[in-house]
Amino acid sequence: MGSYVPSTLAERQEMLKALGLKNEMELYAGVPQSMILKNGPDIPEGMSELEVGRKVTAMAEKNLRFHTVLRGAGSYDHYIPSIVKYIPAKEEFLTAYTPYQAELSQGLLQSIFEYQTMICQLTEMDVSNASVYDGATAAAEAAAMCRDRKRTVTLVSAAANPDVINTVRTYCYASGNEMRIIPMKDGKTDTSALKEMLTPDVASVYIQQPNFFGLLEDAEEIGKQTHEAGAMYVMGCNPISLAILKSPRECGADVAVAEGQPLGMPMGFGGPYLGIMATTTKYMRKLPGRIVGETVDSKGNTAYVLSLEAREQHIRREKASSNICSNEALCALTASIYMAAMGPKGMQEAASQCHAKAHYLAKELCKIPGVSMLYNGEFFHEFVTVMPKAEQVLKALEDKGILGGLPVEKGILWCATEKVSKAQLDQAVAIVKEVLA
Amino acid sequence: MKLIFDKSVPGRSLSLLPKCDVEETTLPKEFARTKAPQLPEMSETEVSRHYTELCHHVYGVNCGFYPLGSCTMKYNPRIDEEMAQLPGFTSIHPLAPEYATKGCHEVLDTARKMLCAISGMDDMTFQPAAGAHGEFTGVLLIKKYHDARGDKKRTKIIVPDSAHGTNPATAAMCGFQVVNIASAPNGCVDLEALKAALGDDTAGLMLTNPNTVGIFDENILEITKLVHEAGGLCYYDGANLNAVMGVVRPGDMGFDCIHMNLHKTFATPHGGGGPGAGAVGCKNFLKEFLPHSTLMDGKESSQVRSFAGNFLVVVRALTYILTLGREGVKEAAVNAVLNANYLQERIKGSFKPAYDRICMHEFVLDLSEFKKETGVSALDIAKSLIDRGMHPPTMYFPLIVHEALMLEPTETESKETLDMAAEVFHDLYKQAHTNPEPMHSAPHNAYIGRPDEVRAARTPVLQKKL
Repeated sequence: MGSYVPSTLAERQEMLKALGLKNEMELYAGVPQSMILKNGPDIPEGMSELEVGRKVTAMAEKNLRFHTVLRGAGSYDHYIPSIVKYIPAKEEFLTAYTPYQAELSQGLLQSIFEYQTMICQLTEMDVSNASVYDGATAAAEAAAMCRDRKRTVTLVSAAANPDVINTVRTYCYASGNEMRIIPMKDGKTDTSALKEMLTPDVASVYIQQPNFFGLLEDAEEIGKQTHEAGAMYVMGCNPISLAILKSPRECGADVAVAEGQPLGMPMGFGGPYLGIMATTTKYMRKLPGRIVGETVDSKGNTAYVLSLEAREQHIRREKASSNICSNEALCALTASIYMAAMGPKGMQEAASQCHAKAHYLAKELCKIPGVSMLYNGEFFHEFVTVMPKAEQVLKALEDKGILGGLPVEKGILWCATEKVSKAQLDQAVAIVKEVLA
Repeated sequence: MKLIFDKSVPGRSLSLLPKCDVEETTLPKEFARTKAPQLPEMSETEVSRHYTELCHHVYGVNCGFYPLGSCTMKYNPRIDEEMAQLPGFTSIHPLAPEYATKGCHEVLDTARKMLCAISGMDDMTFQPAAGAHGEFTGVLLIKKYHDARGDKKRTKIIVPDSAHGTNPATAAMCGFQVVNIASAPNGCVDLEALKAALGDDTAGLMLTNPNTVGIFDENILEITKLVHEAGGLCYYDGANLNAVMGVVRPGDMGFDCIHMNLHKTFATPHGGGGPGAGAVGCKNFLKEFLPHSTLMDGKESSQVRSFAGNFLVVVRALTYILTLGREGVKEAAVNAVLNANYLQERIKGSFKPAYDRICMHEFVLDLSEFKKETGVSALDIAKSLIDRGMHPPTMYFPLIVHEALMLEPTETESKETLDMAAEVFHDLYKQAHTNPEPMHSAPHNAYIGRPDEVRAARTPVLQKKL
């Protein structure tokens, strides 16, 4: 059995003696004895570190790793700079708790303040929180933050990621509020339908830019319509795309949310990821989660603290803006290191290459007879094709170590990032061609 | 410490990406950003040194004693990290075909089976990303259960006044009215108050056991029975599971659903405030209401975040459970309780426990009389501990104890650490009676003095203006 208990048996006896007890189970004398498990829980015996390492590594080896990933849909295979993997592993960052004691946590608090600043730069919003769980919960929290007594309905575009839509739906159901879906037209949010749906009970409109199908929404027009109807505008963004795409602030968003995974987090079968959330000064006090603020200490020196805590559950209990407590601090740190390592030019380069490579892949695929684009709109780094034998195509790609696009209702949703080379794309296209020949 | 933006020099960068090897494209102007984000421009040396400087001003479990009550700051084994960083896990797309992700499913299935065995539950989801998120998911199960039965009158969730703030906040997020019930003088649930609160409008009870004052509620079977008889369900907040894992099971106490903080009880690191994982378990009859990823499962269902949750955190927790095994899980709990009692015993010569009896994994000191005597507050003691190289305990919680300090040493601390901590507490007790003045402005040896929190809230500076 493995153990991380440092006390020797003799020391344990000594401690029991100091308590006037004979054996350790007397510590549980206050527990109804009928409930006590005689032989411990029904799990296998423990193992040494060597054995456990072997066992878990064997599980990892049962997964099939693809050398080329052309699938996105909410989880993206970007290049992660080496330094981004090493710094968050520093034990102080890794093993600290939420920085309640500012005097012992200045490094952590400053790193969060820097993260908030970088997110404000990326989104051009005024205030960022220290993170929430992921992009989907960020969208759900944003919906809650936009509601008031008169306006309770959340509108969500059908062209958003289905996992996000369903998370927002679940949160709305929980709080007893309604979510309505804005239909799609040609793969994008139907703006004329939206106009009809913007009734006086609508609190907010959520769209994703680029949307689930990779298409670029007419984000400014949607923002304009939303504001004209007196509702708030929430935009779900891809943080890498923001290096070149119009910022949510430029599009008129009141709240910007994003799945932060592309900023240096591995796909990791779905998590941990990072929920980015930022808003304008006007709605600052409605933003959920931790926020770090700058102040001075007793000697007048700059200091950072957890701030605006009057919004939070440990102070406000049932009247808090959210129940969130732990967030994704280490992922926020990872994102900061990623942005610092990439710099403004590196971020632009990554975004431009995503755009270029996705367009190259789309163009080459569409040269194959029988393959065409499902939608005609502008896209960023994802797009949907229609082709026969989709299942066989994907299987043939997988057999050659390539994870192809995601099968969706009417076609295949492809993604290309800066990480794939022309040679990898050409190989994938050749395989598709062969299957369809 | 200088901010990273003040270290930025235009033109500096790392060389990370190759030149674009396909035809370059341009984004149509109507979609293009007008002004580039002002991110730092750094060399790799400077990025490395900046964060190394920051990390020197962070106190982690690896730095020293961290008895932050209710947070279970146990040692985070390195092998768990190593396993979570295996490329066989990190490089897996959550929507890769099932045959290519057998290892990930084995991790989730094995962890589910073991955590069900430990908690006495029948099924489990790993979607929730933290404890509060787990609470939300658990209370959602309760809501769905009543709704599915068409039982619309159940609008209230009962929460003891000793509960974490997340409990009432969660119930409110789930659309329930919160009924706070006062605790009995012994810190446990007041059965009469509970009976008075129960009715046909009761949706459920949220409870942690042992509770936040570190006491196992002896009436637990009676409590869960009363709630069930009223038609409500019982939710177990697993915040304090470390005291009893492998010894008793929430499922056997009568709870219907539960969250476990894998980042507390199962040794995954807190990361300065996450990522955690709030695995939610339930009995068979609630199973159909567990959330799923629509994209992964191909069908619409309730869902509390994207994909399968914080998978790599589950890898860490599984590695830990496999290491400890049947005897080790129990050994951890027993020694967490032993350490807490030993420290309480050693400290109580000076500071007074709020409840002077055998505790579970944590105990609460009541400094109200001490403050009257000396003018030194719980805050002053906490800040003075920083000067002695210790992380302070949780302060001013639970709310039912005045001038509270809540200590949870965990099982991974040695006897000499506990002896050292007790000596420090005695020293501070003495100092408060002889020379209290410096304690009001402690800490004196930390990187900063006490920060002005009022100023931070009144004139918020939440980003660096560039």
